[in-house]
Amino acid sequence: MSTDHAQRATRCLVAKVGLDGHDRGAHVIARAFRDAGFEVIYSGLHRAPEEIVQAAVQEDVDVLGISILSGAHNTLIPKVIEGLQSYDAFEDTLILVGGIIPEEDKPQLEEAGVDAIFGPGTSIEATVEFVREHAGSE
Amino acid sequence: MADLSEANARLYESLLEGDHAALARVITKIENRTPGYRELLAALHAETGSASVVGVTGSPGTGKSTLVDSLTKQYREAGETVGVIAVDPSSPYTGGSVLGDRIRMGSTAGDMDVFVRSMSARGRLGGLSMATADAVKALDAFGKDRIIVETVGAGQNEVDIVETAETVAVVVQPGSGDDIQLLKAGILEIGDLFVVNKADKDETAGTVADLETMIHMDASPTAGLSTGHHGPSAAEPDPEDGDTGDDSGWTPPVIETVATTGEGVDDLRAALDDHQQYLVDSGEAAGRRRRQAETEIRRLLRTDLGELAEGVLDRRGGIEAVASQVARRETDPYTVVEELVDPLESAVEESLAAESEASEK
Repeated sequence: MSTDHAQRATRCLVAKVGLDGHDRGAHVIARAFRDAGFEVIYSGLHRAPEEIVQAAVQEDVDVLGISILSGAHNTLIPKVIEGLQSYDAFEDTLILVGGIIPEEDKPQLEEAGVDAIFGPGTSIEATVEFVREHAGSE
Repeated sequence: MADLSEANARLYESLLEGDHAALARVITKIENRTPGYRELLAALHAETGSASVVGVTGSPGTGKSTLVDSLTKQYREAGETVGVIAVDPSSPYTGGSVLGDRIRMGSTAGDMDVFVRSMSARGRLGGLSMATADAVKALDAFGKDRIIVETVGAGQNEVDIVETAETVAVVVQPGSGDDIQLLKAGILEIGDLFVVNKADKDETAGTVADLETMIHMDASPTAGLSTGHHGPSAAEPDPEDGDTGDDSGWTPPVIETVATTGEGVDDLRAALDDHQQYLVDSGEAAGRRRRQAETEIRRLLRTDLGELAEGVLDRRGGIEAVASQVARRETDPYTVVEELVDPLESAVEESLAAESEASEK
């Protein structure tokens, strides 16, 4: 008999990928997610796509938030998504991108599998709300 | 073996086949206490027991994560696969947490044969050590050669680590007089070895000396007692039982490391292996495993019986209603509990009686 109560928590990986040292935004999001009651794993700076994939797979996160301000999103983000697919971890992960993403690049990223893109000026509340609504279908 | 749901049976198969995502999902089920997780663990139990499990504990800032990273790198260089569970506290207010240990696990990042999992306490009492122990089982069944459990030693957790790990390393930093004070209060008993990390600092020699003094003060009287009465031959533990009650044959070594450069980490690795060898040779390993199983059974019993009692309580109108009656002095807590437990007790007696009747036939 298993009667102990289920205790679900939303797990998020906040990741910085590539040669981009601007992590203020990632820190702000990590804190906001924590305060919202989520479990946040922070990747640290300058991660390679494979490292992000490894962390997302092993930590079995519901949400992968990638912060990127370097302009290399068109190369790096599809690599992360392909990696997740190869481990069968893409379908159940909500993928968010934050940072500077030009308007004309957005359709391509969404096509690749990004669920939402949050540019400058997005309110923290809106991001948290989006995660609450969409994360963790398992 | 318990019956598995179709989804769990698939997860079980995939985990044993070495599917990383399956391992990660099993640990999530364990952490979330998702219905069916116990059946999954029951099935996995038979596959466990081959990994060596090391616990690393110490105050925040002593360099535990970096040390674990360094140690992991060495195990990998020796061709061994590694699982790491990094336990972090969570906010008691929101339940949220930022798990940062992974950042320090940089030197093996990208290597899938190192499986790192971050866990938070999720505000649960006692449940964390249960989830940790269960996650260790999943890693063990997956086939990891080495499993390292890392916890902050700042409360009850560092005691719980003993229930999971075969060998416990306590990490301190030089000049940490307060840490040493803390050790006196309890961690000293759980450390199978002590690591003075950041040993390139000035105060290292003093801290090492302090530790060694304490270890010898702690070890000598018990060593004298356990061998004094029976002579040296009686100190040999009974291999059947294997439970000597203490580690009288083992004096915890003090090892100096600089985790950031990797200096001394090979000494640590050797000392960990020495201790594991000691556990096998002395028969202590069997005793430890049995004690861990005892703790686990007791904890499960308490959880399930507690839930059973809660169910009875709910049918009687819930804790609030009953508590109000007690607060108004309409009844007393002793009578309340007696009334709650009585039906459980008689049900147990009935089923035991039926059981013995059946066995007599």
